[in-house]
Amino acid sequence: MERIMSQAKKVAEQAEVFQISSKITPLHFEANRLKQIQDKESTRTALRLIKGGKVGFAQASGSIEPGTLVEMAVETCQFGMPAKFNFPNPKVYPKIDVFDSQIDAVTIDDMVELGEQIIAKIRQHTSEILCEASVAKGIASVHIINSEGGEASYNKSFFNLGLEGILIKDEDMLFVGDSHSSCHPILDFGPITEEVIKQLEFAKRNVGISTKSMPVIFTPHGVASSLIAPLLSAFNGKSVFDGASPLKDKLGEQVFDKSFFLWDDSTLPYQVASYPCDDEGVPGQRTMLVDSGVVSRFFYDLQTAALANTQSTGNGSRQGGLPTPSPSSLVIGKGGTSFHDMVSNIKDGLVVELMIGAEQGNILNGDFSGNVLLGYKIENGQITGRVKDTMVAGNVYQILKQLEAIGNDTRWVEGFLLTPSLHCSSVSVASKAG
Amino acid sequence: MQDKIADSLKGHKADYIEIRLEESQATRIIYRGNRLEEIGRTSSLGGNVRALVKGGWGFVSFNNIDKLGGKVGLAVKQARIVGKEDSKFSPAKPVTDAVTAETKKNPLTVPLASKKQLLDEYNGIILSTPKIQTSNIGYSDGQRKVTFANSEGTYIEQTKVDISLRLAAIASENGQVQQVGLSLGSQGDFSAIEGLQEQAKQMAQRAAGLLSAPQAKGGEYTVVLDPVLAGVFVHEAFGHLSEADHIYENKRLQDIMVLGRKFGDKHLNIVDGAAVPGLRGSYKYDDEGTLATKTYLIREGVLESRLHSRETAAKMGEKPTGNARAINYLFPPIVRMTNTYIEPGTLSFEDIIGDIKEGIYAKDWYGGTTSLEMFTFSAGEAYMIRNGKIAELLRPVVLSGNVFITMSNIDAIGNDLQMNQGGGCGKGGQSPLPVSNGSPHIRIRSCLVGGS
Repeated sequence: MERIMSQAKKVAEQAEVFQISSKITPLHFEANRLKQIQDKESTRTALRLIKGGKVGFAQASGSIEPGTLVEMAVETCQFGMPAKFNFPNPKVYPKIDVFDSQIDAVTIDDMVELGEQIIAKIRQHTSEILCEASVAKGIASVHIINSEGGEASYNKSFFNLGLEGILIKDEDMLFVGDSHSSCHPILDFGPITEEVIKQLEFAKRNVGISTKSMPVIFTPHGVASSLIAPLLSAFNGKSVFDGASPLKDKLGEQVFDKSFFLWDDSTLPYQVASYPCDDEGVPGQRTMLVDSGVVSRFFYDLQTAALANTQSTGNGSRQGGLPTPSPSSLVIGKGGTSFHDMVSNIKDGLVVELMIGAEQGNILNGDFSGNVLLGYKIENGQITGRVKDTMVAGNVYQILKQLEAIGNDTRWVEGFLLTPSLHCSSVSVASKAG
Repeated sequence: MQDKIADSLKGHKADYIEIRLEESQATRIIYRGNRLEEIGRTSSLGGNVRALVKGGWGFVSFNNIDKLGGKVGLAVKQARIVGKEDSKFSPAKPVTDAVTAETKKNPLTVPLASKKQLLDEYNGIILSTPKIQTSNIGYSDGQRKVTFANSEGTYIEQTKVDISLRLAAIASENGQVQQVGLSLGSQGDFSAIEGLQEQAKQMAQRAAGLLSAPQAKGGEYTVVLDPVLAGVFVHEAFGHLSEADHIYENKRLQDIMVLGRKFGDKHLNIVDGAAVPGLRGSYKYDDEGTLATKTYLIREGVLESRLHSRETAAKMGEKPTGNARAINYLFPPIVRMTNTYIEPGTLSFEDIIGDIKEGIYAKDWYGGTTSLEMFTFSAGEAYMIRNGKIAELLRPVVLSGNVFITMSNIDAIGNDLQMNQGGGCGKGGQSPLPVSNGSPHIRIRSCLVGGS
């Protein structure tokens, strides 16, 4: 890295070298048994230059001559965007715990056993189910240096345990599943098997549902698969700056229900999406996005923040190219209603556990529209079975403007979202079966 | 290098071992509105080893391509932990070959300044359209050279060049935001993304038009899909279910997907094949060294065959079809589609819409996904059909179906097959894999449409 930096400094006004190395060991279980063990080692080095006031970028996976990387970046500088920022050199970074050395102590044998146990537990409940499971552990090292004296580095450990089951009866397919991630080893699979067994119980029989607007409860998985993509797009500082966010003029305005809170937080200990600094070396922080329903902030990287005349929120993330605004851990504030009480209060409604395709609508506008891959009908305060061939469509701004209830059943989904169930009063449901 | 690879494959106790080394270069250009957001170059060097022992797999990927022997040893060791039965893997004769990229106008020879000039022009057209708030443009090109060798003595070098372009126009008014996109791609021909000025203009005008368009009412409709969207439909609705890795370990799904089963009317023929030349999903050998084929998934409405890797084929007692693909060296090959399409029928567009009293004409694609049984696909553009005529513009619609019902509800197939090269497919964390999809216009009865 130092050799790249010293060569880059000779040709550019400012430079930054970012390096990430990782070693991941995933185990895949297919059709109820162990199928494959993987071992993945990778190193990626990215160089960002400011030359002639413009940003250049080059990246290499694997080994590359420092001179070649610098040449590649220089070539792109002449066309690059004008740099509106300086590379940061903060004196202090928050201490965020994202590394647990116990990850090393988990052996392949332990992981095999974990996968076998979780599958056995589910098959104990439903013997004819076919399970795929994944057990993965890994360590990543991030190192950033820049010509302005900034330097940051940290190690992160992670562990992931997931299970997906498919149950086929005649031509009816039922998909169930859950997963958990942590920087600690996950040795207790109880929460996952409990969740999957709950799904199997709720979906024991298929029931029809009519085409109309009705109350809908989005479970934490349901929130993640339907409402999050439009919200992320709208709170992304880049969409706001481009005028492509419906929230662009709404800062300080009441847009959501008074009881709705949303924040981004990279400082939560041992969460896989946490970090002491983002991918540009800006310290991680907690950023309130919606406070009592009021739009309070958007999330930014360095360049976008500079364009928008504000500060980076420590959300610069590299997804294969230059840093771009992206959430760390996203949290929706916990409410006070139990899932059971939400269901009890609905005479005729739907629980959305998992949607597919919801992000394919016009998410810029806040619209979502998808197929309910797993959802349950509520009749007179009781879950009566699974609905199929059903679509749910709506607009997050209309739906979240007034919430019937927010659950106290908050949990992590997909490693980056901490959310309770949300009870929405009226959502459009279209079904074939009705 | 060939000797070094051959040496490292020797002396291990495994049923099968393969090594893949990969060298690639890529260029990426991104615009947001009038800002050139990113222009960057990447290079990559890495590889992997995959080993099969008693039905279990070990897989090791790396950037450092030295000491291959040790990596082979690790993959074999892992496979041995997994393996508990007999390996089943279709036999193949050793092949030695070198396949170079076929490029009409290689993007690697086009100067960065010319690429930028072309994109500037499209961007200018989009942004100068009334009511357009901003634009998104993503361009990328790349060359990938893969060296593949296995313990059976096969040694293949293949080089491919891929180009993709996505243009999007975003219109905004009174807190409403609407967008229209256009995706194109090519295997090695930069001219495929030239000359789009008129299309860019129409796209931007359509985005502006959507601001005042109504949303469809949710429910069941007779829908007509244009060739682009019908291509996405066939990919999502049937293509994924034809991938044998979903089926080979699942007895119940095998009963459902039994060859000879009727899925549609006699007019329905669905094909997948990398041997169909010149398309984005085309190649000579797949990532297990199997020669590409052309496979009839459905012939005259009846399930004829499915897509295989060497393992799924052996386990199901069928022949490999050359569909084992890996997006890059970080992943093992899995069963994937290549170029998937519905073969043309005899009907004109007028024949297809003529007797529809009320329906939806859905064009162009925005996305699609499947759970095997149920799938969704979304249109980039939609209109009501009233009394056999195209009527008012609608907001884009998301359509959904159930494979066992929807395939047999296709009741008209047009004569105007077109392939779309702008697609990228995702599966098992490997996305976007270059594929192409296509179809003529088709009509589907009782298709579920999401809406207000």
